[in-house]
Amino acid sequence: MLSILKKKRCCGQEDEIQSDLERIILVGNPNVGKSVIFNHFSDSYAIVSNYPGTTVSISKGKGRIDGKEYNIIDTPGMYSLLPITEEERVSQSYLFDNDPFVYVHVVDAKNIQRMLPLTLQLIEAEVPLILVLNMMDEATERSIEINASRLEQELGVPVICTTSIKGEGLDKLEEAISKYSFQHVDSKVVYSRGVEYAIESISSLIQDEYGISKRTLAQLLLQNDKVAFENISQKGEDVDAIKKIIDGTEKEYNNPLNYVLTIERQAFVNDIVENVMTTRKRDVTLTEDVEKSSRTSLRERIDGLLIHPVTGIPILILVLYFGLYKFVGGFAAGTVVDYLEGTLFGEMINPWVVESFNAAVPYPVIQDLFVGEYGILTQAVTYAIALIMPLVGAFFIVFSIIEDTGYLPRLAMLIDRAFKKMGMSGRAVIPMVLGFGCSTMATMVTRTLETKRERIITSMLLSLAIPCSAQLGVILGILSFSGKALFIWAIVICLELVLVGYLSSKVLPGASPSFFMEMPPLRLPKLSNVLIKTYSRMQWYFLEVLPLFVVASVLIWIGRLTGVFELAVQLFSYPSQWIGLPAEAGVMFLFGFFRRDFGAAGLFDMYNAGLLSDINIVVAAITLTLFMPCIAQFMVTVKERGVKIALGMAAFIFPSAFAVGFVVNYVLTTFGVVL
Amino acid sequence: MKISEAAEEVLERMWICTNENNMVHVSLGSLGLNESSPQIQELLEIENITISDTNVSLTDEGAKNGRLVVRRHRLAERLLVDVLNTKDKYVHSSACEFEHILHRGIDDNVCTLLGHPSTCPHGKPIPEGECCKKARDELEQFVTPLSLLKKGQRGKIAYFNMKEEDKMQKMLAMGVLPGIPVNLVQSYPSYVFDLNHTRYAVDREIADSIFVRIERD
Repeated sequence: MLSILKKKRCCGQEDEIQSDLERIILVGNPNVGKSVIFNHFSDSYAIVSNYPGTTVSISKGKGRIDGKEYNIIDTPGMYSLLPITEEERVSQSYLFDNDPFVYVHVVDAKNIQRMLPLTLQLIEAEVPLILVLNMMDEATERSIEINASRLEQELGVPVICTTSIKGEGLDKLEEAISKYSFQHVDSKVVYSRGVEYAIESISSLIQDEYGISKRTLAQLLLQNDKVAFENISQKGEDVDAIKKIIDGTEKEYNNPLNYVLTIERQAFVNDIVENVMTTRKRDVTLTEDVEKSSRTSLRERIDGLLIHPVTGIPILILVLYFGLYKFVGGFAAGTVVDYLEGTLFGEMINPWVVESFNAAVPYPVIQDLFVGEYGILTQAVTYAIALIMPLVGAFFIVFSIIEDTGYLPRLAMLIDRAFKKMGMSGRAVIPMVLGFGCSTMATMVTRTLETKRERIITSMLLSLAIPCSAQLGVILGILSFSGKALFIWAIVICLELVLVGYLSSKVLPGASPSFFMEMPPLRLPKLSNVLIKTYSRMQWYFLEVLPLFVVASVLIWIGRLTGVFELAVQLFSYPSQWIGLPAEAGVMFLFGFFRRDFGAAGLFDMYNAGLLSDINIVVAAITLTLFMPCIAQFMVTVKERGVKIALGMAAFIFPSAFAVGFVVNYVLTTFGVVL
Repeated sequence: MKISEAAEEVLERMWICTNENNMVHVSLGSLGLNESSPQIQELLEIENITISDTNVSLTDEGAKNGRLVVRRHRLAERLLVDVLNTKDKYVHSSACEFEHILHRGIDDNVCTLLGHPSTCPHGKPIPEGECCKKARDELEQFVTPLSLLKKGQRGKIAYFNMKEEDKMQKMLAMGVLPGIPVNLVQSYPSYVFDLNHTRYAVDREIADSIFVRIERD
């Protein structure tokens, strides 16, 4: 396990790779296991989960197959060569520009009827191709048999059967790749006369060479694909003549051409499937099969409970209670952090570090930078390791388990109706839940949402009201002194979330989003995958968080030397006092700018020092939760949504956080609420 | 009693003016006629129109007849374009002659032949006949939106009725295709259905636009 961790590089980064190596590109529908195969063959790691759309950008790595080194590339899932969402477009553009050694098309074996159309499209595109029938175990469980050699004959490309998650068949795939050599295969699909005529006439007009065959390019053009048109107009083809052919063909058919092509292509797929796939009647005389079918029906029963609103909502509450409150809030924020921060760092490591540093470096200014009250070692490193690491780690363990079971799409389905009221579709539940771990990561995942309006609302709510795990852990830890306090905090945050969501769905122009999602089968999470995924996310988080903490320490040090820090604290002391907090709380909000959790940790310190009354704590926790996102999240919001929208959000969030804090403080003190 | 061709032309124009151009009444002058014109006399006699000052209005009976003439005219256009492959510029004039031939019974036969079209080649609506209603009722017994399926009911996808083309494209790409067997698993809070070995969840709006041919037991 550790050796795997060591050799893997961090995920999610589109590194520059050596261009002289031959490339192997993994393509296929979402949630078929491309990333598992990628992780097996390459030296880098792509996150694997059980829901469609885990991979949103291209991952690259190097891998050795039969002694030869290749660049291996994992692409976001796509349903057909004609893309709809942003991440599908990423994959499609790869086909136009690349000349790889081979494409490995991964499909879900039990669903070949639905996935072979893309295989036929790739064959038509005349690209080098190997077909992988993955998840053979699930097909067998459903008594589906596939004659792979027959399929190989029908298609004319190598076909390999695998169960990648168990490592089965990957050696055969390796062999197939090492032996592969491109052979021309004729298209398997013959369309109706009008379409074939149009394809021929368009092909004869295309002069230049492209990464895909003229036949495929002509089909994309017939279906009015934007990128295809951009490509041909860049190369100076006769766009007008081509458009004329398309117009003429469209008039010949009653239905849109993409509909016509899809239906006609499917007819060929159905013929092939009929020849190669048989579904056996369940034979229950064998004990093994009894076991298997009872496992399937247990899975179905659990699934039924999860998706039924009467049982599903209590289950959701249980998951939140045990996963978030008990494990992250209780165990990690309580037991682990107490030990690490209080005992290990507070009593053992830090006093020793301070002492030895002071002895070695006798200059007070430098001492202050490294081991002072806000020093790099005493504050930045201590916070990052003793406070943030256990919280984020605990959350990602829970989240990894949940996403590997396939629970998230079911949650999306349960919550769609409620989310529609806030201008989002159920799909947005994935970034929202992830936001409880790291809102920065979650803001990146909003890419999988279909409309711009939905993406804006989701990133707005993530910035405003979703506390990240570090912040949440600290806040839960502090508020645990009173159930009432926790309740007030939760209610105010929920109300703000719903209200702002509702208002922005009324204010923002555009159509309300539609919800359409594939629900993958429930699966048992694999421990090794949960661990490696948590590790990879923690690594990403650390690379991002620790430098910021250090920068914060340095900035505070400079600020204190020059007096700017005092001024800023004073500036923040006014809004702090408006909401009933002592002036010293200004420090906390200033820290909140650097990181949300940093601010919450400041709150934790003030609470320990006994500077805050009970009502103060609730008000401070609410204001901090609603306050500005951390710098990292703000930067990502700028990158994904643009400067104008990000600044607009900030302009709303800043005053509204204090306004809500003011109201809550006013109400609680006026009515003399005792917590 | 048979109405003359010239009188039918008047009814046709009157019906379009009042029903599609929202005019309350039409002046005799704009029809290019006067009170003593034979077609006006004929229509007055059979109580299809009334005249006050120089304005003509349709009676209920007149509106019914006018609607049928329009229906026949537009059906004739469809027939000329779709079946007889007539050139654009001849369509209108030929249809004008055709509409007087397609009398009761024949129009419904043509309508059935053409598959109960809802618009003419110029995109104007064709008023519905008895045959259209009957065909739709028959179809509705077996074909219903996914959203009206009962839990556990099975069927095959029949067709889509989506306004946005890219939404339909997405469904096609995801494998929701006509002819594929479907089984509704749950209808609240979202619609959950199985297609072959894949389970999908969709919202109300999409469930309304997928039509399913129900399997009879």
